[in-house]
Amino acid sequence: MIELSGIRKAFNQGQHNEYWALNGIDLAIEANKVTALRGPSGSGKTTLLTLVGCLARPTEGRVRLKREDISGLPERFLTEIRRRTFGFIFQQFNLIKGLTALENIILPAYPTGQPRRELLERAETLLANLKLGHRRDAKVEWLSGGEQQRVAICRALINDPEAVIADEPTANLDTHLAKEFMAILEALAGEGRTILLTSHDPLVVESAVVDRVVDMRDGVIVDCG
Amino acid sequence: MKQWIEKQRYLIDFTLASLARRKTRNLGLLGVYILLVFVLASVALYTHALRIEAGKVLAASPEVILQRLVAGRHDLIPPGYIDRVGRIRGVQKKEGRLWGYYYDAVVKANYTFMVPNAGGVEKGEIVVGPALERSRGLAAGNGISFRSYSGKLHTFIVADVLPQASELVSADLVLMHEEDFRAFFDYPSGHFTDIALTVANPLEVRNVALKLSAALPDSRPILRDEVLRTYASIFDWREGIVLALLSAAILAFGILAWEKASGLSADEKREIGILKAIGWETGDIIKMKFWEGLLISLTAFLVGFVAAYLHVFYYAATLFEPVLKGWSVLYPRFQLTPHIDGLQVATLFFFTVFPYAAAVLVPIWKAAITDPDAVMRG
Amino acid sequence: MIFQPAIIALLLSSAICVLALAASMPFAIEVIRRWDIKSGSERQLRLERRTYLFSTLLVFVLATQLASVLLFVFNAEKMSGMFVGAMCAVGTLNVNPYGFPALNAKIALFFLAAMWLAINYVDSRARDYPLVHIKYALLLLLAPLLAASAWIEAQFFLDLKADVITSCCGSLFSEDTKTLVAEASALAPLPAMILFYGAMGLAIGVSSFHWAHGGNGGRGRGGYAVALAAALGFAAAIAGILSFISLYIYEHPHHHCPFCVLKPEYGYQGYALYLPLFVATAAGLAAGAIRPFAHVASLHVIVPEVSRRLAAIASIGFLLTTAVATVMILNSNLVLL
Repeated sequence: MIELSGIRKAFNQGQHNEYWALNGIDLAIEANKVTALRGPSGSGKTTLLTLVGCLARPTEGRVRLKREDISGLPERFLTEIRRRTFGFIFQQFNLIKGLTALENIILPAYPTGQPRRELLERAETLLANLKLGHRRDAKVEWLSGGEQQRVAICRALINDPEAVIADEPTANLDTHLAKEFMAILEALAGEGRTILLTSHDPLVVESAVVDRVVDMRDGVIVDCG
Repeated sequence: MKQWIEKQRYLIDFTLASLARRKTRNLGLLGVYILLVFVLASVALYTHALRIEAGKVLAASPEVILQRLVAGRHDLIPPGYIDRVGRIRGVQKKEGRLWGYYYDAVVKANYTFMVPNAGGVEKGEIVVGPALERSRGLAAGNGISFRSYSGKLHTFIVADVLPQASELVSADLVLMHEEDFRAFFDYPSGHFTDIALTVANPLEVRNVALKLSAALPDSRPILRDEVLRTYASIFDWREGIVLALLSAAILAFGILAWEKASGLSADEKREIGILKAIGWETGDIIKMKFWEGLLISLTAFLVGFVAAYLHVFYYAATLFEPVLKGWSVLYPRFQLTPHIDGLQVATLFFFTVFPYAAAVLVPIWKAAITDPDAVMRG
Repeated sequence: MIFQPAIIALLLSSAICVLALAASMPFAIEVIRRWDIKSGSERQLRLERRTYLFSTLLVFVLATQLASVLLFVFNAEKMSGMFVGAMCAVGTLNVNPYGFPALNAKIALFFLAAMWLAINYVDSRARDYPLVHIKYALLLLLAPLLAASAWIEAQFFLDLKADVITSCCGSLFSEDTKTLVAEASALAPLPAMILFYGAMGLAIGVSSFHWAHGGNGGRGRGGYAVALAAALGFAAAIAGILSFISLYIYEHPHHHCPFCVLKPEYGYQGYALYLPLFVATAAGLAAGAIRPFAHVASLHVIVPEVSRRLAAIASIGFLLTTAVATVMILNSNLVLL
């Protein structure tokens, strides 16, 4: 589904603190599979996620999404592709405080201008699937960590993306909740979604749900899985 | 189209919710904004109402007033002078007027004594303006004495008090009979203060004035239109001066708006980062912020303008009277006729909303270009 | 100079627009020199983000131009009381030779800004931003024009003297003066009507044709035709207003004034006439402005699509203008023909 070739990514380019987070990555991520990126912090796995998920552009190299080269696209179009293709689950959940669970979930669909009723229906279904229907009108800051993550998952799915990207999804969860998350992940994979995640949690990378583990260190891939 | 409208509704919804969440922060700016609109609108409404008032007053005055000059100074019209004006085409009526000023030591104020051309005031009686009624506690039927400049005491009976309608000029007015006037001021008989000429056709006024200057070289014709024009520019000028003084306030407001818009709280920055990460585009953020600015501006404008309207027309512009009016010591306490003028509203909009929009333009853009991957980088 | 709030507001807004555009010039030049869409460098990212600022800025300038045209006429109207002989905006604008040029410059800038925004719009919808260089070169041209317009406006206001005797619409639009405006108003009603309805019919026809052909009318050259017809329609509409529509509104056979229609005495009818006319003309001209770029690979779908929509706006706008004018004529008690 996604092919990366010769990817390099620099920060603070041309300044004294120039720093190459990625240094020559070649990787193909297959559709309908669960791929995990593993590596110590600073290994560049999150940066790689942002490039795959169209959040950022590589400094050098090509990113191809379904054969189409998207590495040179301006942000405006990357955003469009991202909205359609990817759902994001962030480590810190990144919900907007002061809004209810339901309002948070439909946020990514605002720019599409779909009718509100459709959005709400879809959001309710997603919430019900994750057994969170009773919390729909609760402000997100009143939810527990596990509940917040489930709201974040619903939000990732509101635009019905083909791929889900999760950054250290179990880092803020206890074992019980992490196992629950893996169950949800399995269900998502079962629906035929491509999943890409970063983690160094053995519970995740050693789980049977994960089809392939890619090891990274210092901005390069050390084991392609 | 439908999608577009739906999208704008979402953006408005979101920005409303976001404003409501940061009430205290936004209320400060809104308060200053409202205050600015209030002050500017008060000035504008007030001067405009004064202008209208002056226009109303002058509407009833004659088209041309002829004064005689001696050594460049205004002098009395001697007997027979009126006849020397002769017949000028277009002049419907010409008549001598009698009026003068009197300083009342009791209330330390100037009154205008005048003989109405139409008559109507009996000998020994006077008709007074509302300000006199208040300051000297007069009512119809009361008697009052004035010491004339020659030292003699004259007593009059107040026959009536002038209505409030055009208080701006009638406030300090005292109307009396011609004989009383001549006796009080020792005015030489046959002399007049000036001559009023009525000209029906407005296009003729200028010609009439030219002919008057030619026929009577020692005279000075004063045209009503000229006076009106002078008044208009004086009021405009005063308003302009006040606005220029207030421009510092507008500038300060612009800087405040800039500050507020660029000094996003960490919370807000994070929010924009999240929105961008989950699929909002830079343009969407700019539009959202545009709606925010529009909502704030309209609210401030509406509230400020309504407050100014009440202030000027129902509370007699209590805050500005001393600056903008400055008529005489006897401030006419008048109720201005409510009047709103399109140009004024438009100008006001330019003075308040435009600086705001200009000030927040760059900060909004700066906020909107947050990296979408910022939230992932922690 | 006459110290007046509306004048200060107008000068202030022009100054801010000029300053904003001037301040952004170095950045525009940097965009032109350093733009490289293929690069993923941070500088390229910065430049791309800067383009958002420019489009926002231009929208701001456009909105300000439109608002200030209105305020300018409004204010001229109001000030007419201060000049001997002036009875409406025309008199004020005639107080010195800068009046009408200032108004015309403002209107021209409005149309130019609309055209730039149309080019900007199609460009930003193509994935490779093919017109970036052209767009910013045009912006560099637009900036001095804006400054010139502001300068003329300032000259006009600085040179206003209340004791000037001016001529008003009565003499300016009378049949024996020899100016272009006078020529237009001296047109006899019948030929003027034929011209007006002919040009409007043409504009509506051409833009509807272009619209119906999905923005590809006349083998794609329809865009130019729409622009031409729009320009012609605008000129004919102004001539029509001068020569006969105003007469019907005022119900007076010799009152040819394009501004008095905006007065409350005439129920602000002018706005109903001018608003669709300006929008339609701007849309029509914009359709022409984007047409040269239809051959660019990434634009050959986008340009006709946008062109189609602009043609639709132009067509509806001109239709509205014609309809409003016709209703005004039919409702009038004046008989000219």
